[in-house]
Amino acid sequence: MNAPDQPAPGIAALSKQLQTKQITAVKLAEQSLQRITDHVSLNAFLHVEPDLTMAEARAADARIAAGDTSPLLGIPLAHKDIFVTRGWRTTAGSKMLADYISPFDATVVENMRAAGLVCVGKLNCDEFAMGSANENSAFGAVKNPWDNGRIPGGSSGGSAAAVAAGLVPASTGTDTGGSLRQPAAMCGITAIKPTYGRVSRYGMVAFASSLDQGGPMARSAEDCAFLLDAMAGHDPRDSTSLDSAETKLSILRAFQDKSAAKSAPDKEFAGLRIGLPTEFFAGGLAKDVAARVAEAVDVFKQHGATIVDISLPRTQLAIPAYYVIAPAEASSNLSRFDGVRYGHRASEYKDLNDMIAKSRAEGFGREVQRRILTGTYVLSHGYYDAYYLQAQRVRRLIAQDFQDALKQCDLIMGPVAPSTAWKIGEKSSDPVAVYLEDIFTLGVSLAGLPGMSVPCGFDALHLPVGLQIIGNYFAEAEMLSVAHQYQQLTDWHLRTPASAAARTT
Amino acid sequence: MSFDPATLTRIANLARIDLPAAHLSALGDEMGAVLTLIDQLQAVETNGIVPLSHPLSVIGEMALPLRADVVSAENLRPSSFANAPQTENGLFLVPKVIE
Repeated sequence: MNAPDQPAPGIAALSKQLQTKQITAVKLAEQSLQRITDHVSLNAFLHVEPDLTMAEARAADARIAAGDTSPLLGIPLAHKDIFVTRGWRTTAGSKMLADYISPFDATVVENMRAAGLVCVGKLNCDEFAMGSANENSAFGAVKNPWDNGRIPGGSSGGSAAAVAAGLVPASTGTDTGGSLRQPAAMCGITAIKPTYGRVSRYGMVAFASSLDQGGPMARSAEDCAFLLDAMAGHDPRDSTSLDSAETKLSILRAFQDKSAAKSAPDKEFAGLRIGLPTEFFAGGLAKDVAARVAEAVDVFKQHGATIVDISLPRTQLAIPAYYVIAPAEASSNLSRFDGVRYGHRASEYKDLNDMIAKSRAEGFGREVQRRILTGTYVLSHGYYDAYYLQAQRVRRLIAQDFQDALKQCDLIMGPVAPSTAWKIGEKSSDPVAVYLEDIFTLGVSLAGLPGMSVPCGFDALHLPVGLQIIGNYFAEAEMLSVAHQYQQLTDWHLRTPASAAARTT
Repeated sequence: MSFDPATLTRIANLARIDLPAAHLSALGDEMGAVLTLIDQLQAVETNGIVPLSHPLSVIGEMALPLRADVVSAENLRPSSFANAPQTENGLFLVPKVIE
């Protein structure tokens, strides 16, 4: 498991090679497609369409030839199969949508294409993004490139595995309760879930509308800054897409300004107050995870940061609150799958109602059915107040706890998940045990805050550990810049699994 | 905590999912475990707390942006109909609902 001789070049380096004609977008796309074929056993990709990819690559080369210097032009990218794409299948990891081809592109897909990124495929994920291990995909589990017997995390498991294995330099994912951050941590890559409303949800297959947020996954924070800048922005087609003074500023420019700010040597983080929530370091945290996170925090401290002890007293309550709100919204969103206009239709039925009920029984997997049933229950007569409204009240308390904590510090840090990647099948018979693994990411989602995962080392089994960085609303540029400076002082983000070592670039 | 078969069947009917009888027992147990988890909320004191639906409204009133009420979508009929299980004469076909 040694680092390869040539670590995968970052987006800025690839862009330079493209602009100076050392390589072409066509060549990069071919290499990516070849690596996808070579690593088909990871089960990270659900769809590849080489003809569509090569057409996009040729268009990117034409733009470069015409003098276009856009920083993402010609860079290969893969989308989580939750973003709808015209001309490509979009399954959301579900049998329900096994043959679905969207009539339109998601805004994220449009934005990335406009930036010149070349789509090389669609990535496996948990069915309708419901899961933390990618074992709930109707198309099979994804394998973790660091240990093929283990899960890559979820629900953006294919997105994380593809970047970790070097199949693509960048991917898109979505995060409802941790689905960008947790797989990034378990696969040793960098990801950011932006402030709720930064990235358009138009064309993102809906799971829980008040929580869902798209974001980029890549090797480094710098790469994520380039990608998020292209991905984010107000979209009139999504009424929850924010249109404010903050969202009009360029994330990339703010990131570059902050990263370029001069500091005294070894005092890169002078003036930065980092809050460590007591509850994030309590019992139940794996020893190696605690140690790696503490070492990462030490790097910040040694380079000038001030460490503040804070409290997020309702950390544990985020689990029940989330597992009421997310299923409630899911049961509503997924009611559209009725086998009438699109999606799976049962072959035998008595009448219309029976057709709908049988289509949904056959089309949805077990976890999705369980969440729909939970959501239906908590929204049903007599339970709405006790569960749904109560969960939303607890949601306000949790969001307020973060605001109180962020008065004492600039950023909050802690683990992304209590443990590293577990074995495929190890927890699949106990859904609640898997829910409990989301303890450190759910609160951030309920509060709608931006959260990052940054690689910070390995456990005794050489499985990656992720450091979570949480900021206040719209603090993405600051978080990315702090993570970037950490990545200048460490090389955890450059480590790649042995399977990614045979690199031709 | 468990989820009795009658409740499960009632909820499944509301959710329009035709649960096979063979699954009811195992699913009831799993749902019971979820119910035990979410029941932790009942112990939280929330008197006077306003439910939060849009997360950012915790820092101030959120006005969701509105767009002008004009036709902006292109005609996607052909590609939309291509996904339909059954169509005829530009209509989605479903089993007969009125005798």
